[in-house]
Amino acid sequence: MSRAFTPKVITANALIEGDVIYLDARDNWTRELSRAELLTDEAHAQLRLVEASQRHAEAVGVYLADVKAGDTGPEPTHFREDFRRTGPSNYFHGKQAER
Amino acid sequence: MYSYSDFDADFVANRNRQFRAQVARRIDGSLTEDEFKPLRLMNGLYLQLHAYMLRVAIPYGTLNSAQMRQLAYIAERWDKGYGHFTTRQNIQYNWPLLSDVPDMLDALAEVEMHAIQTSGNTIRNVTADHFAGAAADEIADPRPVAELLRQWSTDHPEFQFLPRKFKIAVTGSPNDRAVTAAHDLALRIVERDGEIGYAVLIGGGLGRTPMIGKIVNDFVSQEDLLPYVEAVVSVWNLLGRRDNKYKARIKITVHEHGLEEIRALVDQRFEETKAAFNGADLALFETIKPQFAAPDFAKRTVSDFERAYDADPVFRSWADTNLAEHRAEGYAIAQISIKAHGQTPGDATAEQMRVMADIAAEFGHDELRISHEQNVILPHVHKSDLPEIHARLKAHGLATANIGMISDIIACPGMDYCALATARSIPVAEKIATRFDELKIEKDIGDLKIKISGCINACGHHHVGNIGILGLDRAGVETYQITLGGDHTENAALGQRTGPGFGYDEIVPAVERLVEAYLEEREDASETFLETYRRVGMPPFKAALYERDPARVAAE
Ligand code: HEM
Ligand code: SF4
Repeated sequence: MSRAFTPKVITANALIEGDVIYLDARDNWTRELSRAELLTDEAHAQLRLVEASQRHAEAVGVYLADVKAGDTGPEPTHFREDFRRTGPSNYFHGKQAER
Repeated sequence: MYSYSDFDADFVANRNRQFRAQVARRIDGSLTEDEFKPLRLMNGLYLQLHAYMLRVAIPYGTLNSAQMRQLAYIAERWDKGYGHFTTRQNIQYNWPLLSDVPDMLDALAEVEMHAIQTSGNTIRNVTADHFAGAAADEIADPRPVAELLRQWSTDHPEFQFLPRKFKIAVTGSPNDRAVTAAHDLALRIVERDGEIGYAVLIGGGLGRTPMIGKIVNDFVSQEDLLPYVEAVVSVWNLLGRRDNKYKARIKITVHEHGLEEIRALVDQRFEETKAAFNGADLALFETIKPQFAAPDFAKRTVSDFERAYDADPVFRSWADTNLAEHRAEGYAIAQISIKAHGQTPGDATAEQMRVMADIAAEFGHDELRISHEQNVILPHVHKSDLPEIHARLKAHGLATANIGMISDIIACPGMDYCALATARSIPVAEKIATRFDELKIEKDIGDLKIKISGCINACGHHHVGNIGILGLDRAGVETYQITLGGDHTENAALGQRTGPGFGYDEIVPAVERLVEAYLEEREDASETFLETYRRVGMPPFKAALYERDPARVAAE
């Protein structure tokens, strides 16, 4: 029996700004995790990863990150992804300051 | 201070032009990230969690006021108004846009600075004792030889694709303030029968396999130095494990082959390198040396200092902790703490940088240093100017009197910035400093080095902290492992693990219990934490950590 697939989102850093971006269902990069496309099927996730990885003039270091479905969209399951969607904890800089 | 030759200036300008074109090709899509990454790393540009990071070298930690002002300008113009000083005498900018980096590098070149070889598998920025040229205990200024090494290693054709990074540190004093034993190669200036030479250590390093450097040669003369260092690097360049990056550093090569075999190979190779050097290195050294000549020290009375010392307890407290002995009469080395309680260790705002630059220009023979402990040093100040200097520092949040104390913490960027991190380190440092400031027992505790890293790479030197803290990810939870007994001085030692780690909310109380145990165990106030640990060993500290832990006691 195959293990249950943990839902994923596609994430990367933007080429120019270097900040965290996510791929939405309409193939646009978004700055907000909650707007990312929630990938619940493994084969589909792999396909999306291959597609996104080819956009090397837009994104750097594309990968699949574990998430869970939340009320307002995907939510992180690990603290690293929580920091990535928020910004550093020593200054009010990064994503938290841009909202 | 060393000033660029035409060659240096052309070299940096050329590199910047090349890199500008490389960035343009990356942005227009003609270079992929795989192609671009090694190029950006050669120029100090990393990609971190939230943004790019530009790491700028401050060779042997020395800056003049114009350079410090330019660092402030860059922070304001292209970053978020601050910079982060690191343990390797670099400054890091955490928020540059890729498209701005070429302009930032040009701005650095205007003041003879760059980011070359601050990353990648090259010989990195050569670090030195931050009291160089000023310390009372110094045999000779380590900076001329550090500059010689910098010129030799920069763009050295044989050493651009080494098995791994290679870090060099130099000290000119028997009291090692440059953590030389934690470097791939270290030089300690020594004197033998009136001749100045170098003890050479190799194979030190921290990271996942920490090792203390070993003396491969206890006296190398000035004329043999570069050929000898070149022989070491070239022996390692051939033997180093390119198959496994975790085994590629010279420390592993020395460990696997044994010091004796490496020494024999180096001696053999030295015959060849020695023959190839034609003495130009010595001539160069002679032109470098005078550029580091000591300033003209003034002879003045120190009565203003004494008056302030007697009258002002805040000044006295700062003077007691932040000054070090200078070799010239009436002078002091003033250490500016970039560790205000609750602030990020090593961060300075653009305004603070300008204040420090102004003070250096007005009172400090135009010299500033960055220490590996992430503080800024005014190496040459006359004591009579210290009350005025202190007042200006105080007005800008720069007069924290905590050098060498529990809140003078080294912390790496950790998971607030670093993509390799497994846990945060900055907020742990902030919280420890805040807590001990509230308790008002810092002075009573005295000398105590806490060093924190956010992963096993050990950029925060935790292995050599009296109390070392290593942040790990244990099943998706930030967990902090404690080591005790590390020492970063000439008696370098690696800390020993206490046992299981502590959660993010448990780590500050755990440190507090360690300190309580020390205060109970010490013979008197003059016995430092490290001395007490060496005398009584781990058991009382372990008991304090694990038996007095309220959470663990409650769970039983
Ligand atoms: C983008 C951020 C950084 C990255 C990717 C990074 C990467 C690394 C890695 C991979 C190692 C382990 C090397 C090895 O064991 O072979 C290391 C070690 C080290 N790094 Fe960093 N580092 C970063 C930031 C810093 C900072 C901010 C400092 C200074 C405060 C620093 C100073 C050091 C030191 C002192 C060591 C241990 C000494 C040694 O090389 O053995 N690093 N770093
Ligand atoms: S120790 Fe780890 S977390 Fe800290 S800066 Fe180095 S690589 Fe990053």
